[in-house]
Amino acid sequence: MSNSKAISTLCYHCGNEVNSNNISSGNKVFCCNGCKMVYEILQSKDLCNYYDMNQRPGVVQDKSKQSNKYSFLDNTEIQQKLIHFSNNENSQVTFYLPQIHCSSCLWLLENIHKVNEGIVSSRVNFTKKEVFIVFNHQQTTLRSVVESLDGIGYEPYLSLNEIGKKGGSKTDRTRWYKIGISGFCFANIMMMSLADYFVSENVIDYKIELFFKSISLLLSLPVLFYSATEFFTSAWYGLKNKYLNIDFPVAMALVITFLRSFYEIVNGAGNGYLDSMSGIVFFMLIGRWLQSRTYQTISFDRDYKSFFPIALNVIKEGVIIPTEISKVTANDVIQVYSNEIIPVDAILSKGYARIDYSFVSGESLPIQVEIGELIYAGGKQLDGLLELVVVKEVSQSYLTNLWNNPVFNKKQPLRHSAYDTIGKYFTYAVLAIGFIAGMYWLELGETKLMWNAITTVLIVACPCALLLSQNYTNGNILRIFGLNKFYLRSPEIIERLSQINHIVLDKTGTLTQTKGSNVKYLGKVIDQTTQSDIASLLKQSSHPASKLVSEFLNLHNVSDVNNFKETEGQGIEGWVNEKHIKIGSPVFIGGEYYQEKQGTKLIVSIDGNIIGEYIISNKYRFGVSRLIQSLKKKYTLSLISGDNDTELTHIQELLGKESDVFFNQSPQQKLDYVQELQSAHHLNVMMIGDGLNDSGALKQSDIGIAVADTGNNFTPSSDGVIDSSKLANLNTFIQFAIAGKKIILITFSISAIYNIIGLYFAVQGILSPVVAAILMPCSSITIIALTYGLTEWLSKYYHLEEITK
Amino acid sequence: MSVIIILLIVSLLIAGGFLMGFLWSVKDGQFDDQKSPAHRILFDNELKINQSNIKNTK
Repeated sequence: MSNSKAISTLCYHCGNEVNSNNISSGNKVFCCNGCKMVYEILQSKDLCNYYDMNQRPGVVQDKSKQSNKYSFLDNTEIQQKLIHFSNNENSQVTFYLPQIHCSSCLWLLENIHKVNEGIVSSRVNFTKKEVFIVFNHQQTTLRSVVESLDGIGYEPYLSLNEIGKKGGSKTDRTRWYKIGISGFCFANIMMMSLADYFVSENVIDYKIELFFKSISLLLSLPVLFYSATEFFTSAWYGLKNKYLNIDFPVAMALVITFLRSFYEIVNGAGNGYLDSMSGIVFFMLIGRWLQSRTYQTISFDRDYKSFFPIALNVIKEGVIIPTEISKVTANDVIQVYSNEIIPVDAILSKGYARIDYSFVSGESLPIQVEIGELIYAGGKQLDGLLELVVVKEVSQSYLTNLWNNPVFNKKQPLRHSAYDTIGKYFTYAVLAIGFIAGMYWLELGETKLMWNAITTVLIVACPCALLLSQNYTNGNILRIFGLNKFYLRSPEIIERLSQINHIVLDKTGTLTQTKGSNVKYLGKVIDQTTQSDIASLLKQSSHPASKLVSEFLNLHNVSDVNNFKETEGQGIEGWVNEKHIKIGSPVFIGGEYYQEKQGTKLIVSIDGNIIGEYIISNKYRFGVSRLIQSLKKKYTLSLISGDNDTELTHIQELLGKESDVFFNQSPQQKLDYVQELQSAHHLNVMMIGDGLNDSGALKQSDIGIAVADTGNNFTPSSDGVIDSSKLANLNTFIQFAIAGKKIILITFSISAIYNIIGLYFAVQGILSPVVAAILMPCSSITIIALTYGLTEWLSKYYHLEEITK
Repeated sequence: MSVIIILLIVSLLIAGGFLMGFLWSVKDGQFDDQKSPAHRILFDNELKINQSNIKNTK
């Protein structure tokens, strides 16, 4: 609160810039009424601590709220699907709140009982962005709980997909169990074996030694049969698909080590290598854990259902009945509020519709729909209440048809990793060495040494080192990417990133911002009164382009307009202050001021003279041209957009002449284009998109990356999600992934030195458990230190480290 | 020398106790959410007082 100047220009609630000073409460200024309302609720409930913990912690609330928006939550059928436990007093429910981002959120949500008396307790899971609420259903209702959450700025995410998944998402805890158990067994086996390393044979009491050995053997059982099971299942899965993956030699080495140790211990021939075996399992499990710490809050598998509301208000004989969306049928009359997505193909019957299709089709400007016209599913109503007559139900609409494409049902093909191939050759080499050493000793008649040599070669030469360096490197790369707001679905994507050679871009929402357009005036200098006359005329029209220019002019004193006439799709005209003003397309006006095709144009003529034009163009995201310049050097690019071609010249300039640029493409055409690049040109394609219209292409491409605006978790199914503010760094991320591959190979080669030392002893048949027990941790620790050090150094090299906090 | 056996059994039991503790904490969900407790600990006592008030009034 030290900087009073900053407070005067930034919204006290959400930190957005304040454009007009009208909205304030006390000495606090807000950017919109929504933010102010939240503040006033919190103030009245004495919850302003919220603002003390973090400055401007809120999420922008720039949407109007309807009183009966959540009326569908009174429907018991829907209630039963959401509430996961209920007794005669309390009910329990979990909501996903994508807005959760800071400690203030946590504090406020855990104090929500102050806002709604009926809430007994609430607990936030920050990692999953979920809140678990217990409420007394005699004092309050599910609907009022949701309304209280919405009221303080945390609108729960309720969707078709989430329904039925009772009790929120579950975390898999088995890996923790496995790591804990293997760590315990490893440490204790190590302790039992320690005596043997320092004391020469026959000194220790026979009884004690037997005790040590049997305890070790006992402790190794849970490691092999519980902790290490995932290596066996993965190896078996690979074998079933006639493919040797890297887990196969690992599993083989584990089994041979165990059998050999078992034999030695039972026959009293030695101590076995159980300590090394359990140790390596422990380290490998930690590596796998590091690698699999994927992002729980991000769903990479959304289809259209996740974007649609749960229920619709259906009007039947004048009564509004909230109905589950799957039960809405053709010819039902539905109500849609502003900022709601229309989930069905429907005909407009009442209201003033401005539909934003940018998410489903890529069109950047909202479209005005007249009564009697068809509205396609997926469009978002911008403001005002609508009544619509349903034409097709949800599952059959134009938009959802895309999901019938086989691409969405196809199982992901088994991709062969380069490391698996290295692992495979490694296995062959090891088997050959073991065989040669065995043959050598057999020739000399040393059968015991032969068995020693063969088994120990297989033990030391396990490609655990490769697996370890792969897991630890990828784990750290994923972590660094995550800090930089680039989230990958799985570690395999890192390797695939290094293989792409063509990038397909979407325009609307990907290169350009979802909200806002640039309006520019080109023409003769005009004074304030003329501007105000133009604004007055524009105010008469509800065309999206007129609205944008009118907002750009930002003039409030309106003059009267006489003889106003709107020619649909052409322009408007009228008399203002005894001047005849015409505003519209070049065809409508009969000329242009500035002869260059760029953006959508509104040409202004006063009394028959063209005085200038307003050009509406897309707002490009920060750093887009820098990104494209850097990508252009290494990859071939193309752009495919569902929008019209008003930006063609600009895009062509940006991408270069040799790149393909397509406009007015349907989602299906986007998918087909990616498919054609892959099959006809044998390219590894990376698709970067944002909307539902890119879903098919994202799925079809080798890597689909979705661009998400900050705080918006609604991205279509993809392999990775990048925050829009970090889009400019995408090339750096790709280069980092390529470098990561080199790190893995370097650390693997270095750790192979330990394997060679081990082999030196093994082929002679004299590898003692001590040597193995020294080599194994040394090799593991070298790998961990090297991979960590190298990835951190790389992140500094690529300037990816400073964003940590 | 055989005292070592007793010592070992004791040490194994103690270590096993810790393992049980760890498994218990995992089962209890302490490892599910590693972020919120870090924030929650910084809040003033107010939160707790209020919650106990709620429980008392119930």
